[in-house]
Amino acid sequence: MLKIEAVIQPAKLDTVKSALIEAGIEGITIIEARGHGRQKGHSEFYRGREYTIDLLPKIKLEIVVNDDMKDKVIAAILAAARTGHIGDGKIFISPVQDVIRIRNDERGEAAI
Amino acid sequence: MRCRSVHLLLLPAVLSFPVSALAVAPNLGPSSPATQAQIAALELAVKNAQSAGDNAWVLVSAALVLLMTGPGLTLFYGGLVRRKNILGTMMQSFAMMGIITILWAFIGYSLAFGHGNGFIGGFEHIFLRGVGLTPNPEYAATIPEQTFMVYQLMFAIITPALITGAFAERVKFGPMALFLSLWSLLVYCPMAHMIWGVGGLLNINGGQWPCLDFAGGTVVHVTSGISALVAALYLGKRAGYPHTDMPPHSMVLSFIGACLLWVGWFGFNAGSALSAGPLATSAFINTQFAAAAALSWTLFEWLQNGKPTALGAISGAVAGLATITQASGFVQPMSALAIGTIAGIVCCFMVFKVKRFFGYDDSLDAFGVHGVGGTIGALLTGLFASGAINAVFGNDSAGTPRPTGAIGGNWHQVLNQAIAMGIGWVLAIVGSLVLLFVVDNLFGLRLSPADETSGLDLSQHGEEGYELNG
Repeated sequence: MLKIEAVIQPAKLDTVKSALIEAGIEGITIIEARGHGRQKGHSEFYRGREYTIDLLPKIKLEIVVNDDMKDKVIAAILAAARTGHIGDGKIFISPVQDVIRIRNDERGEAAI
Repeated sequence: MRCRSVHLLLLPAVLSFPVSALAVAPNLGPSSPATQAQIAALELAVKNAQSAGDNAWVLVSAALVLLMTGPGLTLFYGGLVRRKNILGTMMQSFAMMGIITILWAFIGYSLAFGHGNGFIGGFEHIFLRGVGLTPNPEYAATIPEQTFMVYQLMFAIITPALITGAFAERVKFGPMALFLSLWSLLVYCPMAHMIWGVGGLLNINGGQWPCLDFAGGTVVHVTSGISALVAALYLGKRAGYPHTDMPPHSMVLSFIGACLLWVGWFGFNAGSALSAGPLATSAFINTQFAAAAALSWTLFEWLQNGKPTALGAISGAVAGLATITQASGFVQPMSALAIGTIAGIVCCFMVFKVKRFFGYDDSLDAFGVHGVGGTIGALLTGLFASGAINAVFGNDSAGTPRPTGAIGGNWHQVLNQAIAMGIGWVLAIVGSLVLLFVVDNLFGLRLSPADETSGLDLSQHGEEGYELNG
């Protein structure tokens, strides 16, 4: 089992979500986050004063999948979230030790 | 000023009705007792109808002016501070709705509108003694004096509330409320008396330097705006200013607040006619025109920084409204457009350039918008006032209204406006400094650094504006 975390542009959430569901994902969790990579920030003006906003709004999504879904999920995210510009985000993949469904105590792949 | 215009409005209505009364009673001679009784009854009916119309408008206006403080100003200021300070900022204005009302009933109204000397009213109306449901012709001949009293109360509430924008995010609640309460009695009431009170030094009818102030450009905006600057300088900058970013936490709240201020301002200005006649219409239109033209702020900013911001648009509108206040019942609509345009550009320049140059922390620009708007509004009223709109100085022998402002030839009025505005500045500076010094030394006005870091909401009120749980 793998956990796939992706930080994406907020504007891409809907297309990424649709692509993942089409790829066969059952569950997804999203977190409204702030951050930046190489993109750094942008400027905002309030009453003539310039503010550098370096932590930008991002969406972080977390999905736990079986190993065989890995390539499909990554391809879906890449295709849906990419604009080709700096700030498109990143994908992180890590192993998951166990999954437990709270409702009925199911464990492992059955609980995904 | 106000009562005379009301008389003039009433006159044609009263004169015209007995004639129509005769027309419907052709069988009776004009001098028969029955006809006389009928005429008297009709005159009374006309008077009552006029009174009902005027009273309805002024009561609605009073409610509109209260709407400017809460929720208008509370939202406008609340959105501009950081999220940890929103409730504290809103409470500063809301507290005035309670405290000033009580003070006004006890003594404030008497000090502003009672008979006293040229500077301040007397004690004849303390606890509203003698303020009843019949009109007081010295102020408004067609509405109950209690209507006049409660309408003026709403002005007394918003004026100290405006000051809170200057010391946002860094004062203790209790001492702040004490300072603003004393300020209301020692700065606001005398200024209101000097300009609007019977026998006032700057009263348009018989004052030494008759000042044209229709709805409180000097009484409200100069006094509050200048005191705001004094308070900002006295209390010092917020911790971290100007190096730490302190952007508004919710432009949406500020936007709603500014729009409510704009709507409420119709009560502020058009209600100041104290009647529902053409003078109210004139002030209403001038209010709308000046606010619209003051979007020149946005244009200035667009050229300066490349983007027309929402905050610039709403700040410009408020600046235009503050600036037209004094002139609203004296000028032609085209003059209102000019006044609004000038207000937007000058206030924007003050906030963008002058504030940064001197480095003071007028946090929400109470001085830059209200102090500056009120000051230039006082002078522009003297420039643009027109006898054709409001013949406050009466008519000459040929029956045409005497000029009221410089564009009609009365250049002297600009000087009178400057004197009244100057007195407003001096009173605001001296009064605020003394009161700040006294309250600060008794109770301490400034938050401790730890409380300032945790924010007004938690440190002063023990709650949070935005609770995520539940």
